Formats: sequence, C-alpha cells, structure tokens
Amino acid sequence: MYCQECQQRPATLHFTKIINGKKNEFHICEQCAKEKGDLIPGSNSFSIHNLLSGLLNFDQPLSDSNNPQPDKQVTQCDQCGLSYTKFAKIGRFGCPDCYKTFESKLTPMFKRIHGGNTSHTGKIPKRIGSELIERKKIDQFKQKLQQLIIQEEFEEAAKVRDQIRMMEKRFEGGS
Amino acid sequence: MSLEKFISDAISPWMKREGPDSDIVLSSRIRLARNLENHVFPIISNEQQADKVNRQIRKHYENQTYGNVGVLSYIDIDDLKPIEKRVLVEKHLVSPNLTEDPKYSGVLMSDEEHVSIMINEEDHLRIQCLFPGFQLIEALTLASGIDDWFEEKLNYAFDEQHGYLTSCPTNVGTGMRASVMMHLPALVLTQKIHRIVPAINQLGLVVRGIYGEGSEAQGNVFQVSNQMTLGKSEQDIIEDLRGVVIQLIEEERSARKNLLESSRIQLEDRVYRSLGILSNSRIIQSKEATKCLSDVRLGIDLKLIEGISNTILNELMILTQPGFLQQYAGEALSPDERDIRRATLIRERVKLEKNNE
Ligand SMILES: [Zn+2]
Ligand SMILES: [Zn+2]
Repeated sequence: MYCQECQQRPATLHFTKIINGKKNEFHICEQCAKEKGDLIPGSNSFSIHNLLSGLLNFDQPLSDSNNPQPDKQVTQCDQCGLSYTKFAKIGRFGCPDCYKTFESKLTPMFKRIHGGNTSHTGKIPKRIGSELIERKKIDQFKQKLQQLIIQEEFEEAAKVRDQIRMMEKRFEGGS
Repeated sequence: MSLEKFISDAISPWMKREGPDSDIVLSSRIRLARNLENHVFPIISNEQQADKVNRQIRKHYENQTYGNVGVLSYIDIDDLKPIEKRVLVEKHLVSPNLTEDPKYSGVLMSDEEHVSIMINEEDHLRIQCLFPGFQLIEALTLASGIDDWFEEKLNYAFDEQHGYLTSCPTNVGTGMRASVMMHLPALVLTQKIHRIVPAINQLGLVVRGIYGEGSEAQGNVFQVSNQMTLGKSEQDIIEDLRGVVIQLIEEERSARKNLLESSRIQLEDRVYRSLGILSNSRIIQSKEATKCLSDVRLGIDLKLIEGISNTILNELMILTQPGFLQQYAGEALSPDERDIRRATLIRERVKLEKNNE
C-alpha cells in the first residue's frame, strides 16, 4: 500500500480520524506525516497543530445569551500563563489547570480525538479519588435499588437500602 | 568483549524469557501517563520547576523495591553519552523525546528492564511495562499496581470529567497506551495485510510499521495500539485490542499454513537464501538485514530451518541498529562502516548458533 499523500513511499502509518462525525482513514508514510504535522495518536514527533488550528477557526459561538461569560476569559491560563493561541500551536496543555481554563473550547477537540467521547470512565486514583470512588459506588447501589423496586423484590431492596445508608454514613463521617 | 557476552548484556533480561504466542507476538507494552497536581507540565516548565518534580518523585521511589519487580534504579539522561542514550532508545526503554531535550529528565528502571518509569518526559511520569509475547493483561496488572504505589505518595492531576490530565490531549482520560509488536510475514507475503489494516483502523486502533530507518515498515514487524484514551475503561481498551490481536494471530497462522502447503519449496528457497545472505555477507544495510531476519525467523517458526533459536529476530533487530553497532565497536561509525560492522555482527551471531549445535 502506497502513501496516499506522495504516492511514492509505502504507507507505514494507518489510522482513522473522526472529522465532522465521519470516520476517515489515513494511510501515509512517516515523512509525509512529519511534513503535514498531522495528528498521529501515541506519538510525540507530530504536532496536532492542524487539528487545533482548524478548531480555532470555526470557533463555536459559546458566549450565547445563556452564557454571560465573555470570551476573553479563556484566552490565557492563570496558573501557567499558556495562551490559547500557544496551546493551539504546540498542541500541548501547560498545566492541569489549562483543562479548566480552556474547558469551553475543548469538547469538540476531545470528541474528534477520542471517537466522540468526552468523559472519563476508567480508573480513579485510590487515595485522592477515594471520595469519588465511594460516591460512584453509592450511585451504582441506588440504581440497583431502583431496579429491585421495579421488579418488586422488596426484601432484597431493603437490604440494598440499608447498605446505601451505611455507605452514606461512612462517607459523611469520613469527609 | 566476546560477542556472546555483549549480546547477553545488550539484550534486556525480560526479552530472554519466552511469552505466549511468541511465534507471532514479539512483545506487549503498557504505558501510563501521569502528572503531579500543582506543577506545570514539562513542556513549559523552567529548570527549577522541572528539578522540583524530579526530586519529589525520586525522594520517594529511587532505589525502592516494588514487589517482585525488584529495585528501581535511577538513570539521569544528562549523565549519559550520546551512544548510551541511543542504546536506551533502541531498546525501547525510553522514548526518543526523553533524550532529545532533557530537562531534569531521567528514568527509574528495574534490573530486568521490563519496568521503566520516565520522569519529565512529555508528562511528569510515564510508567512503562514490557512483557515478552502476548501478555497485555499481565502488563496492565503490573503497570496499574505500580501506578497505585506511586499514587500513595504523589498527588496526581486528575479530575472526574477528564480523568488523568496529560500534557497532550491525545492521552487524557486513562493516560494509557497499550501496544503489541507483531511479526506478520505471511500476511505481508500474501498481501492480506492491505485488506486487514483498514479494517483494524475502523475499530479505533492504530497500526504502524516499525524498525524502519526511514519511511518503511521493515522486517514485517507491526505495532498495533489503541488510538483513544478517553471514554473507555482500561479493561475495555485492552479487551478490544486483545480481540484484534487474537484475530491477527489466527490470520497469520492460517496464511503461514497455506503458504507452506501451496508453495513449500519457494518458501524454503526464500528463507535459505536469506540465511545465506546473513551467514555470508560482508556489507549489509539495515533494510536488507531486517528483511532477511524476518525470513529466517519465519523459517524457524515453520521448522524449515532448525538449530537456530527463535530469539534471533528480536535480538538482531535491536543489536544491528546504529547505537548498538557503535557501542559494540566502541566508537562512532559512519554509515558505510556501520554496514560492514552490521554484517560482521550478524555473521558472528549466526556462527554462535552453529557452534552451539
Ligand atoms: Zn508519503
Ligand atoms: Zn495552564
């Protein structure tokens, strides 16, 4: 298979990218990938310049009537000083706070990179995330309780309800 | 130094162990990207900030022991000679990125070299676990355990919405890149690979050829890895990748079987010619070397060639790269000199096998 850009060298990079909700396949050689500076996941040597610049250009109207915050709020990160323009250029956040600072602009980008996904569903750090883990567990039990009630399994539901109470007590006591 | 000793020292201990499905899967790797809260990421940190992160991590984990992984020793990138840096990269123990622009950068490494934890790469921490053969679940279990251990003493940058916060938006969420290196000569020979790769891409996985010096996928070695890190759990990502790898293994095995049945003599001719080149050439470029190594490895796996150990491909793919050749020579070499050195090293390595018979 030859590189779809230069038609000369064999394609060694194969990946899909979601553009405007459509899956696009890419088969290109390393050299063209470098020259294009295209988004290659899992690689440090390529920037996501093009992708981010593209997003900057169609800057969605986020400051609608129900969002009174002026746009200038997201132009620079207080914590690390990174500007949004610089972020778009280097394709890297400057600090953890950048995620909050630029939040309103990030959703379309995350969707494109991560197949439409925008929220984390994986591991939660055991120590600093212990509260969150507990909260998620309680949520799960509450869902279970709902289901048991619908199925009219009241005996089992009562047990689950007690477990929830215990967890909530422990949760409040601990924090 | 004798060649045997050089090879033995050069090859990471973890690579000498045999893993499941190692006739096709060379290695499995998990890499977790983690950052410390209240610290700017390495890409914009100044020397003082980078030094602070480096110290904080080393204070708790340098020379500490984790389970049966053993002790983690620290190597500072700035202390290494250029050839030594190159060797670490060629062994896949650190990324090229870490050595190119080090800023209080280093790596905590296990003696077996299957665990390497980069400090101040693109992220504050990159936890990497390498296993021989097809062992993604084992690699994830180990990496996740080390991650928990690091989290005991370090406050990670994490939020409920985005998960583990990373410098690059392509890593956010799980921060996990899982990858498998596969030798797929029969799928390339039968050109089935052209049909398979686009199908794999549809599943959100990336396939790339590796070990090319320039732009080519050499030695029929491919790396398959996950593209997305946000929105799926680590276990689901691994399961999706595993499913595809299992299919690839089956396809490659059946392609090998068909080749053997339909064109045995042509296949024998091909692998023995390649063995002939490796045993006799005096000048060999890396492209030809990896092609011949792939053929010989296929010959070994199909039992067409006997008396040569199947680790020869993995070993020589690493040992015949520029960094290792220069380390073996003990001096810097021009590309022409490397080709001569490479031929010598391969000839001697093949001879070693024959002597051991
Ligand atoms: Zn090209
Ligand atoms: Zn910031």
